[in-house]
Amino acid sequence: MPEPVEDQSAEEQSARRTFWSGTITFGLVSVPVEMLPANRPRRASLRMLAPDGAPLKREYWSPRADGPVENEQTVHGYELEDGRFVEVSDEELEELAPRKTREIDLRLFVDREELDPVFFERAYFLAPSKGAIKPYRLLVAAMESTRKAGIATFVMREREYLVAIIAENGLLRGETMRFADEIRSPEDAGLPKRTKVEKKAVQRFSRAMEDLVAEELDPDELQDRRSRQIEKLVRSKLAAGRDVVAAPPEEERVGRGEPGSDRVVIDLMEELRRRMKGGGAASGKHRAATELESRSKRELYDLAKDLDIEGRSKMTKQELVRAIRPSA
Amino acid sequence: MASTIWKGVIRLGEQAVPVKLRSAVSDRSIRFRLLDEPDGAPVEQRMVNPRTGKVVPGEKIRRGFETESGEIVMLDEGELEKLEPADSRDIEIIRVVPKEAIDHRWYVRPYWLAPDGDSSDYFALARALEKKEREGVARWTMRKKEYQGALHARDGYLMLITLRHASEVVSAAELEGPSGRELEPRERKMAEQLVEALSGDFEPERYEDEYRKRVAELIEAKASGKRIRLEPKRERRRPASLASALEQSLEHARKERSVA
Repeated sequence: MPEPVEDQSAEEQSARRTFWSGTITFGLVSVPVEMLPANRPRRASLRMLAPDGAPLKREYWSPRADGPVENEQTVHGYELEDGRFVEVSDEELEELAPRKTREIDLRLFVDREELDPVFFERAYFLAPSKGAIKPYRLLVAAMESTRKAGIATFVMREREYLVAIIAENGLLRGETMRFADEIRSPEDAGLPKRTKVEKKAVQRFSRAMEDLVAEELDPDELQDRRSRQIEKLVRSKLAAGRDVVAAPPEEERVGRGEPGSDRVVIDLMEELRRRMKGGGAASGKHRAATELESRSKRELYDLAKDLDIEGRSKMTKQELVRAIRPSA
Repeated sequence: MASTIWKGVIRLGEQAVPVKLRSAVSDRSIRFRLLDEPDGAPVEQRMVNPRTGKVVPGEKIRRGFETESGEIVMLDEGELEKLEPADSRDIEIIRVVPKEAIDHRWYVRPYWLAPDGDSSDYFALARALEKKEREGVARWTMRKKEYQGALHARDGYLMLITLRHASEVVSAAELEGPSGRELEPRERKMAEQLVEALSGDFEPERYEDEYRKRVAELIEAKASGKRIRLEPKRERRRPASLASALEQSLEHARKERSVA
């Protein structure tokens, strides 16, 4: 297969990672926000299991030691043509764009109609951080009444994004977009030169469309049919008690699970509603579900970054946990 | 030139238009591999049974679904195979909607469609969509997976953008923004003026992935053994109150305007 058809793993991963938190600025006004994915993961995603039904855990494995990588002590490596690797640390990457990793600076506002769907990649809701409700509402009000979207670039997880900030229903939404040089032109895609079209043929297609016309999108027509089928199969097997085993208790799940496996995936709607009311840190329930030890080293590193913990790039997973705990 | 990923036939009622699917996106991100820090060797990923701590090889891995009530239902290959959609080359247009009917959040990934064989019907269909300012909602099966997408006309060509499923898209109506006291009319007005003052045309070409460039430079410098200088952190001074922040920003934005 020449090209990946859909980057689902990235999508699933982003749904369970710690989210970006930072500041939206427009002019000298700053609005601290937290990002939450605006899309839910697919309903029936399957898990990988051992022959006895135990959910498997994905582990980094060191081929030389023939064992798991200790403390998830890893570094980014860029492979050169001769097979050698250039090592790059998290801290070095972060310092390549210190401002952009914390700030979405809206220097340009555009008409919402100008945004082109080919650019859109992923949507996030932006919730105001504690104490930021007033400037948040002010920005929403101004953007809604002018029907404008704000444009900026920012850096999240080792990647720079072009982002459009849109206000709707009193909420801010961020849509990450592809850069123009990532979109192929018809020539890049090897499409043939346009040819003259016959009026008759156009009419033939226009007529064919008439029976299918609707003024609105009907979400019922875009159901996840595969998930439904899987759910149906699962229900019938449950009813018959066939191939059913008990899921392991929470404490056996420590570590990096498969996408969707860890319970860190929070109820998006509940989380948003709560934040819209008071803003601020996660509830006790959420915190319990995201015990520091059960987070990946990357997540801990991101937390340490938010807390400005010094020397974080040299820390092992355990050291990160210890450094973060007093402030958690 | 982008290569063809898949070949299909657009079915619009009785009409059939054969097409070739090509990615409209080229991934330009810099890919890192994860290295084991002590010895610098690339790490691999293994699936481990947390009960035994043993690696489970690929051929022994089973699939299953975890219910909310804490049960795991194992599914065997035969059962999953039965759920696979039937092979088909059809890209069935099930609905034709106005261009603005599909919210941004549905879109996943764009593909160009190239005519497969005779191109006259291909360009006629693109023209028909363009004239009506509509797009098609399409469904097709590609490599044993079902997809749904929006059939667009763009620059006279056809494009297919894959769409998410209904259950993945949170409807905006389900949510409410934060509430509070009525906003100060003066502040609100200044905020609107500031947005207007910062308004302009969207020119996507003007934005560059600077970060990617810098990462590439860093890698190059490190590969050739050069020392690298990192940009020092800068903090911006923040004005004391929201109103004064608005005032100062507005003044600044207006000054920039008059210079430009």
